[in-house]
Amino acid sequence: MGVTIAFWLLAIMCIISALAVVLGRNIFRAALLLALLFFSVAGLYIILNADFLAAVQVLIYVGAVAILVLLAIMLTRDVTAGGALNKFRLPALIFSLLLVMALVYSVLSTPWQISPQAPLETTTAALGEKLFGEGGFILPVEVAAVLLLASALGAIVLVKEKDGKWKSG
Amino acid sequence: MEIGLTHFLTLSAVLFGIGLFGALTKRHAIAILMCIEIMLNAVNISMVAFSRWVAPVDLTGQVFAIFIIVVAAAEAAVGLAIVMSIYRARQSVEVDKADLLKG
Amino acid sequence: MPWNWFDRPLPADWPGGYWWHLLVFAVFIVGLTLTMVMIFIYLERRGVARFQIRPGPNRCGPFGIMQPMADAIKVLFKEDIVPDKADGVLHWLAPVVAFFPALLILAVVPFHNGAALVDLDIGILYVIAVSSISTLGVVMAGWSSNNKYSLIAAIRAIAQTVSYELPMVLSIIGVIVLTGSLSLNDIVARQSVPFIFFQPLGFLIFLIGLMAEMNRSPFDLMEAESEIVAGFHTEYSSMKQALFYLAEYAHAFGGAAIISTLFLGGWKGPILPPLVWLLLKTVLVFAIMFWARATLPRVRIDQFMGFLWKGLLPLALINLFFTAAEVLVWPDGLPLALIPINFVAAGFLIVVWSGLIKFGGGRVAVQ
Repeated sequence: MGVTIAFWLLAIMCIISALAVVLGRNIFRAALLLALLFFSVAGLYIILNADFLAAVQVLIYVGAVAILVLLAIMLTRDVTAGGALNKFRLPALIFSLLLVMALVYSVLSTPWQISPQAPLETTTAALGEKLFGEGGFILPVEVAAVLLLASALGAIVLVKEKDGKWKSG
Repeated sequence: MEIGLTHFLTLSAVLFGIGLFGALTKRHAIAILMCIEIMLNAVNISMVAFSRWVAPVDLTGQVFAIFIIVVAAAEAAVGLAIVMSIYRARQSVEVDKADLLKG
Repeated sequence: MPWNWFDRPLPADWPGGYWWHLLVFAVFIVGLTLTMVMIFIYLERRGVARFQIRPGPNRCGPFGIMQPMADAIKVLFKEDIVPDKADGVLHWLAPVVAFFPALLILAVVPFHNGAALVDLDIGILYVIAVSSISTLGVVMAGWSSNNKYSLIAAIRAIAQTVSYELPMVLSIIGVIVLTGSLSLNDIVARQSVPFIFFQPLGFLIFLIGLMAEMNRSPFDLMEAESEIVAGFHTEYSSMKQALFYLAEYAHAFGGAAIISTLFLGGWKGPILPPLVWLLLKTVLVFAIMFWARATLPRVRIDQFMGFLWKGLLPLALINLFFTAAEVLVWPDGLPLALIPINFVAAGFLIVVWSGLIKFGGGRVAVQ
């Protein structure tokens, strides 16, 4: 019973905040609502018995991505333009609605093979085994590390001042 | 009604649709990035839901979700850096105005 | 124990049932936090006064111990002022967002063996995740005040967050490698010797990261009075200002409790009851913090970022590497002979590293 109530609450929070991000006029508030969306997705992960992933979601999305988005908004200061939609709004709306309808139809009509096993109570050790253990995902982990390094360097190069000097202070 | 796999997949589809609509129609570059983050989160919800109901002990879906989170973080950093450099060059973050090649 | 606490069965050993435990413990944590905040404020004001050779507040009650009460009553009766062009909702919400993470941290701190609000399997990760939310509160306050100093403070808060979080998390991983568990209860249970002896460098890095996270001087760049008035709470008054003040000290209490749990043996100790030991260690850590505040001048923002990125991040990586190597060689627990070696190695690394790097782009004075 608790799970049902929590799911509906979190789902409604997710959809309302997502709609507010898309339709809202003030982009700073939209970014804060995005953080709320990330937070409720972390709540959904808790319902799904993914405790480690829920903490990672809060740490990376709320603590890093949302904060970086806020930083970019504060540095660019173009707040009022957040609500403007371009001229494709009607075709985009029709396309998105059709896509959602197709997805929901396929979700409801597919006979999913639900596993009878009970989910793990604590996933941290099992995830570590899966990522770093024998026959696991160690190669993708290393590729991800290289990707992160490359993106960090790329971001530094992109925002560096053009005359080769760091802007001080 | 018991909350099952289809509930989470439907929620994921709806969130993906909202994010897609925003990404297609927004003018503000940072807003587009935010909508892309919504889409990635929607995909993550479906991944973890699959992991919970289809492979609850194997956890492959959660591993995929972790990699999606890593890529999303990298994408956010580079994307925001690009937005910052566009803003420096054009004094605007509207993607319609970033048309340097049009002359 | 199942982690999914929505459908958790009631444990047999608790008389009133599981929800009763949650209620009692939540009230206990809130009460303890408020009491400790009062004690911390008193200790800091008196302590810093002694450092500066002045008596400090000594009028209200014996030795001035009622001074925090008097301050609280005074600040609550002030007028609540919101700037004209401020974003009202965010302005109201910001102190709440800044305050609640500090309380949430304490939910996983064990006060005795197993005596925490919830003993999460992901304990320390939860602490890092939750405490990173409080930056959002500062950013909201800085933006919604519609004040340029507040805005600068908000941007500084973000720059500070991305700088301290990496070395801090890396220094925690050293402890996790030693225990093999993320649960704070397990971390305390495995500390037959407090981990500060095996992780002296990790302790220092974590302490500095914590001081930056709680924006305590010398890292209180987002409320630097000499540069940006009062920083993010320039436009705050009355109750909301008090909530920010409360958040700062509650966060100090939570952070000190975490550092005692991770590195100083938590509730463990002879003779005295466990709760008293934890609080004593917490007060000790806080004493180090206000000692640093009374002694060191405030760093500049570029010095701060240079120090954390070029100084602490490589040191934390080296620390993690050495800890992993030690655990690889002695998988069944580290020998006590490593303790002096660890301290010598930490001292050597600090001396060598501080000679190698230049902070703030190598500039000493402002041009």
